[in-house]
Formats: sequence, C-alpha cells, structure tokens
Amino acid sequence: MTKRQNRMLLVAMLIGGGILVVVLLLQALGSNTNYFYSPTEVAEGKAPIGRSFRLGGLVTVGSFKREDLKATFDVTDYKNKFTIQYTGILPDLFKEGQGVITTGSLVGGTFIATEVLAKHDENYMSPEVADALKKGKSNK
Amino acid sequence: MWKWIQAFASPQNFYTISAKIIPWMLAVFALLALVGLYWGLIVAPADYQQGDSVRIMFVHVPAAWMSLFIYVLIAVASAIGLIWQIKLAFIVAKVSAPIGAAFTFLALITGSIWGKPMWGTWWVWDARLTSELILLFLYWAYMSLNNAFDNPKTASKASAILAIVGIVNIPIIYYSVEWWNSLHQGSSIGVNKISMQIDMFVALMLISFAFKFLYAALMLMRARNEVLEREQNSGWVKALIKDN
Repeated sequence: MTKRQNRMLLVAMLIGGGILVVVLLLQALGSNTNYFYSPTEVAEGKAPIGRSFRLGGLVTVGSFKREDLKATFDVTDYKNKFTIQYTGILPDLFKEGQGVITTGSLVGGTFIATEVLAKHDENYMSPEVADALKKGKSNK
Repeated sequence: MWKWIQAFASPQNFYTISAKIIPWMLAVFALLALVGLYWGLIVAPADYQQGDSVRIMFVHVPAAWMSLFIYVLIAVASAIGLIWQIKLAFIVAKVSAPIGAAFTFLALITGSIWGKPMWGTWWVWDARLTSELILLFLYWAYMSLNNAFDNPKTASKASAILAIVGIVNIPIIYYSVEWWNSLHQGSSIGVNKISMQIDMFVALMLISFAFKFLYAALMLMRARNEVLEREQNSGWVKALIKDN
C-alpha cells in the first residue's frame, strides 16, 4: 500500500469507528432517547409508572374543560387515551386536536401534569389555505 | 490534471484569485438577503396556527442548514487534507469552524425564541435540540484543538481527526425527528415533498442561498489571512508586503 492509501484507510477507519461507537451507544440508551411516551406505550406498561415521565398525543376534541387555571383534557393516539389534569398557563398553540407533550405522573388512572407543551407539525400555510383544505375534506 | 489542481490550490494562486471573487460573493449575498427578507416578511403569509411567529423560520431553518453544511465541509476538507496533504484544505477547514459555530448558535437561539411562544418552553432535552447542541460543542472542541498546538501541521492533523469522527453526529441531527419521538416537528422539506406554502418556501430558499454566499465570502476572507500568516516567510508574501 502506498502512503496515500494508508491515510485513506485511516480516514475510513475513523468514520467506521465513530459510527460503531454511536450505534452501540444508541442501542444501550434504547427508548431513553424518546422524548415522550404515547398513550399506547403507557397502557402497555412501557412507561415508568410511579415516577415522573412525559406523555404525548393529541388533545381529544370535546374533552377540554377548564376552571380558572385548572384544566382537564384527554390525550389520545386513537388507540388509548388518558385524562390529564393540569394547573397553570397553557401554551398559545394549545387547542383541541393539537399535539401536546405533558410531564407528570399517573395517579389512579389520571395523569397529573406539571408541564404542558404544545407540538406543531411540519405543515405551514396561510389561514385561507387551511380553511380551503378543511372545506375540501368535509365536502368529500 | 492532478498537477494542475495542486497548482491551483497553491497558496499564492489562491490569494490572488480569491481577492477577485469576494466582492461578487458579498454582492450576491446582499441581493439575495434583501429579496429574501422582503419575501419572508411581506410576501409570505402568516401561518394558520402560529401567525406571524412562523417568520422566525426564515432565519432559523437556513441557519440550521448552514450549521450542518459547514460541518460536512470541514470534515470533507479535513479528509482531503489528511489524504492528499493539501495545505489549503486544512486552512479552509480551520477558518470555516467559527463561521459554522456562529450559524449553529444562531439556529439554537432563534429556535429558543420560537419555542417559548409556540411550544411553551425555551429548551427541552429532546433528540433534535440536544444533537444540535452537541454540534455546537463539536465546533468549539475543533476550534480549541486547532489552537492548542504551536505547530500548525500537528494542529491541522489532530483537529482533522476530530472533525472526521464528529461527522457521525450529522445524520443523527438530521434524522433525530424521525428516529425518536421529539418535541421538534419533522422536516417540512424533503427529497420529494414540500409541506409549506410556495411563498414561504421561496423566502426560505432565498435566505438559504444568501447564507451560502455569506459563508463563502467570510470563509475566503478568513482563509486569505490564514494563508498570509502561514506563508509569512515565503518569497511571494515578502514581495507583497514590499509592494504595499
């Protein structure tokens, strides 16, 4: 091998080694790299029940109730759902049908949240287009 | 052909040619940035959910793209420098790092400012945000390592190895929103999908290209300084100083 090929091999080994390290690391971390659990994962017992964890899903339409700062709503992934109780200020994007991530713990089937974050999707459009899309869907 | 490339990459030729390119790069940047800002702030519509806050995207996303682009460029230049021992490649890698770090910082800050009103938090430790923060640390590590040696040759080689190993973080950042549940939403722009209105996309692209030209100009300016410093004992630099 020439010196240049030797150096190419070194670079290839550096990249290969780096990838190996990261793959092993991610394997070891497993589901800890997920930021939140879905209602189904919680129902299947994959979430650390008894400790604080994050639960994410869509706010069920028609489930949102609030009294002063105390809010109650359901979070679903269309397979399972949990009722969330939260006292505090909700983010601007919070509404029924919207994705949310809540932090808290399960107390007798109800999820008592200490934090509610709103998630939004990767679709960006003007209100007019969004309306038009909605109408198009409901006409079908 | 190989000889020709090496001649072109010689410090002296680079110094003369880059001087002619830089003003054009800056002019194109200014033009694209102006049109891009007009498109982003006036032509593009407000979002149906986020309202005018969505306009942070026109800085946030191009800056984040630049942070990845410049890192890949540093790693490739480092590999070229290591394998074919081209001094200029090491110089390009070295001078690009602070610019890349600045874009990474800009992406993180604008993301934070966007996250507070929309998500309800300045920062979360989800996969996308965390891996982008690691990228900033990688840039910093690369810069420190490059400055930790007195001998520029040793510095270039050591930091090149770091840059090449660090490239594994790039696909992690890019795919983080697909591989794991994260607060950050998925990509709006992929190989065969654009999930935003066309005027938003145009603004995004204009600023994105503006940033590319800004980077090119800044990189060349910094590279010229670096070349002068490294070649200060060579004949052509001495002649240059005499002439001025």
